[in-house]
Amino acid sequence: MLANYLLSFLIWFPIVGGLGLLVIGDGSDTQSPQAKLMRIAALAFTTITFMASVALYLAFDNAEPGMQFVERAPWVEAFNVWYYVGVDGISAPLILLTTFITPLVVIAGWDSIKSRPAQYFAAFLILEGLMIGVFSALDGLLFYVFWEAMLIPMFLIIGIWGGERRIYATLKFFLYTFLGSVLMLVAFIYLYLQTGGFDLFGFMNVSIGMTAQKLIFLAFLIAFAVKVPMWPVHTWLPDAHVEAPTGGSVILAAIMLKMGGYGFVRLSLPIVPDGSAYFSGLMIALSLIAVVYIGFVALMQKDMKKLIAYSSIAHMGFVTLGMFLLWSIAADTGAGLGMTGAMVQMISHGLISGAMFLCVGVMYDRMHSRQIADYGGVANTMPVFAAFMVLFSMANAGLPGTSGFVGEFMVIIASFKANFWFAFLAATTLILGAAYTLWMVKRVLYGEVANDNVAKLTDLNAREFIVLAILAASVLLVGLWPAPLVDMMNTTIEQLMQQIAQSKL
Amino acid sequence: MNLMDYMAAAPEMTLLGLICVVMIADLFVENENRVITFWLSMASLLVTGVALYATAPEARTVVFYGAYVSDPLSQVLKLGAVALVGVSFLYARDYLRANDLHKGEYYLLGLFGLLGMMIMMSANSLLPMYLGLETLALSMYALVAIDRHNVTSAESAMKYFVLGAIASGALLYGISWVYGVTGSLQFHEIAAAISADPSLNNLPLWFGLAFLIVGIAFKFGAVPFHMWLPDVYQGARTPVTVYLATAPKLAALALLFRVLVDGLGGLHETWSTMIMFIAVLSILAGNFIAIAQTNIKRMLGYSTISHVGFILLAVYTGTQEGYAAALFYTLTYVVAAAGAFGIVILLSRRGYDAELLSDFKGLNARSPWFALMMLFLMFSMAGVPPFVGFLSKLYVISAVLEIGGTGLAVMMVLASVIGAYYYLRVIWYMYFEQNEDQAVLQASTETRLVLSLNSIAVLALGIVPGWLLTLCIQVIA
Repeated sequence: MLANYLLSFLIWFPIVGGLGLLVIGDGSDTQSPQAKLMRIAALAFTTITFMASVALYLAFDNAEPGMQFVERAPWVEAFNVWYYVGVDGISAPLILLTTFITPLVVIAGWDSIKSRPAQYFAAFLILEGLMIGVFSALDGLLFYVFWEAMLIPMFLIIGIWGGERRIYATLKFFLYTFLGSVLMLVAFIYLYLQTGGFDLFGFMNVSIGMTAQKLIFLAFLIAFAVKVPMWPVHTWLPDAHVEAPTGGSVILAAIMLKMGGYGFVRLSLPIVPDGSAYFSGLMIALSLIAVVYIGFVALMQKDMKKLIAYSSIAHMGFVTLGMFLLWSIAADTGAGLGMTGAMVQMISHGLISGAMFLCVGVMYDRMHSRQIADYGGVANTMPVFAAFMVLFSMANAGLPGTSGFVGEFMVIIASFKANFWFAFLAATTLILGAAYTLWMVKRVLYGEVANDNVAKLTDLNAREFIVLAILAASVLLVGLWPAPLVDMMNTTIEQLMQQIAQSKL
Repeated sequence: MNLMDYMAAAPEMTLLGLICVVMIADLFVENENRVITFWLSMASLLVTGVALYATAPEARTVVFYGAYVSDPLSQVLKLGAVALVGVSFLYARDYLRANDLHKGEYYLLGLFGLLGMMIMMSANSLLPMYLGLETLALSMYALVAIDRHNVTSAESAMKYFVLGAIASGALLYGISWVYGVTGSLQFHEIAAAISADPSLNNLPLWFGLAFLIVGIAFKFGAVPFHMWLPDVYQGARTPVTVYLATAPKLAALALLFRVLVDGLGGLHETWSTMIMFIAVLSILAGNFIAIAQTNIKRMLGYSTISHVGFILLAVYTGTQEGYAAALFYTLTYVVAAAGAFGIVILLSRRGYDAELLSDFKGLNARSPWFALMMLFLMFSMAGVPPFVGFLSKLYVISAVLEIGGTGLAVMMVLASVIGAYYYLRVIWYMYFEQNEDQAVLQASTETRLVLSLNSIAVLALGIVPGWLLTLCIQVIA
């Protein structure tokens, strides 16, 4: 019985909690008992949501390729819009990632947020519900509502609790992503007029002419490419990441970027397979540019957050590369490998980039600087922290045994089957990724203690230790034993590959 | 003429009688007890609303020898107008009292304006339409000038009057041409004449049509007949602006529907092109010029112009969906506009008019609740889901795409992105900036309550829009 409403619970429970926090507020000042209570409430809401998502995982049937936990009720009858949600092997892992990261973000912001904590935590709770909504919506309009509504809390998170240039960064973030999405809306309305409803499966089953497919693909591409972000529409990301508070950066990198990749898998590929095939060359080229060129850009960064932001763009290049390889690979030689690699890479990047931003946040809370030049020899004063940061950096560089390796390796194998040069260029990430990450580690953590501020640093407190330890365990778990994750996705991906292979002309 | 005729016009007659009562009662009210006039006006609105509800026709009823019509469309618009006028009065009361402007004339002129709107909404002939329009317009000219010691108010009233008179002249001139060609003033007879003799659909009638469209575009405030609108919005005292910006838009929509759709529906091909140009210009000019504003009332004025563009594009389609979309858009837009101007009033206090965008700086620190309410309203106007402004834009875009207007649809969504910037700026000022002004907001409990409900309505309607959409579709059908 409860299972029938599990997804709705996951979506609405954090949103209702967030609205509650917003209405109650944090009382007289940020240290008041009421403000403390708000923190505890936020943690309770996110933890309960995580528990509920564990229930979702346990009840999830790996053998079922279609949608599970489906709920369907009429919403706006005049437009034939349904409240239609469900999960399959592609969305379920992303929902788990969302519910897993959000409590960590709440813990990470526990006392580093000095102003208006109730609003801060409320924004994250509402954001969590909306993100889960995006991953589970099966109605186009419902998807769009969640997709756009998500911008509102993030806009406020960056704008209120961000750094010095936060207003510029958050406006750029909002307008960029808004501009990307509105054309997707036009595509949705076009499809609605063709099918008489917003049902995504209706969109997938209707046959569409080639010109329309190309246009729809481009409309989707703009929306998702901005979100991923792909070169050359990535410029909002470094600004947003640098100015966002730690929690905002973590959510942005770990989950919101995944929505672009998710959009390609859920919408572009199955709805316009022929359009996708037509543009797959372009997509591969853009992905490889992201991997190679952005890798070099990352190498030159002086700001740690910016470096990780660029490294995110490069890593997300693997996601789009993996997804659009399948037309270059002969059908029977495991074309699904690239897709599986892309999906694993999304989860893994969520964990690693989140952890990297948390590491920078730990240092920033102490030093109020993100500049690499201000650091040096941190390992001497913060040995435990340094151990964690080295682990995550290794994972970011794709060291075998960590989650970063699994997805990248799968995508490189798949690209090898497609074309030697694709693989060659993709594999440069192993060098570039190692170069920019480890060079940063060397300059920040090792060497002599650079200055008095570094000498005064104190090691992790219990709260920070717990957060990083949980993430470290999960990075290693996915790296050493990816089978449960891959099993979850396999049947759905197989079915998706068959679906894409069929022309819809 | 029989009793049924009077039944159909009962709400208007009731309102007229009540206005007379309020007017006489107001003579005996001392200045410090002016609130009595307020409550009497509110009671009149309530009675009028009940009368509207009680006399709701089951079907279209045409009375007074075809001059007057009572149908579901007029009922919905009138109920909306009555409610909006009531809300405006409530928002206005505290401000007027605090600024020594609490005169009975504000309420009386407001009620007379409402009477004019209701006549417009029910007019089935060009002449009552014109009479209603002038009743409304004259009340509004006087309302704008209500603070006669204020130079900007007087200036904007003068501007409004002169330009309004020209527009009325254009409208009358257009009416005379249409009458000359078709031989009738009644909308259904005009329509019948055109369909009976297609040769009428020719240059003389188009010439008259052009003047009618000028008049309608002026009343809506559509580009290039928009010049008065930002000046009047800014120059009028805010309680007058909240009145001007809300209910009269419903009357303008009635004017548009009755004249162009009911009367000159046969000329759709001709007027749709004219409307399209006006609409596209309104959307673009409204959104671009709004970016440069520093005065919130002026900015909302330009934002109104761009919203009017959306309404006109919905009508441009000439389909049932388009008309329903126009109705839905207008109804939801005026709700958001009432809330936005309500919050501007809320920020004002004795001797201090909150008029600048910078007055919103740091509102989140002064009042997190009303900052949140303004956030709802701004995101709704920007067309961001889950607020209702998104659905109304969606409906219009869908109607335009349905007749193959892909280019127009893309223009509309891109213009929304440009528009988002200036709405976001209000939110940015409220949340991201600090301000020295820490004055506590002063407002009565009922104003706070209604303003909150007003703002929450844009969220609630966005989440549960079904009933209003269905209503709009039924009314148009």
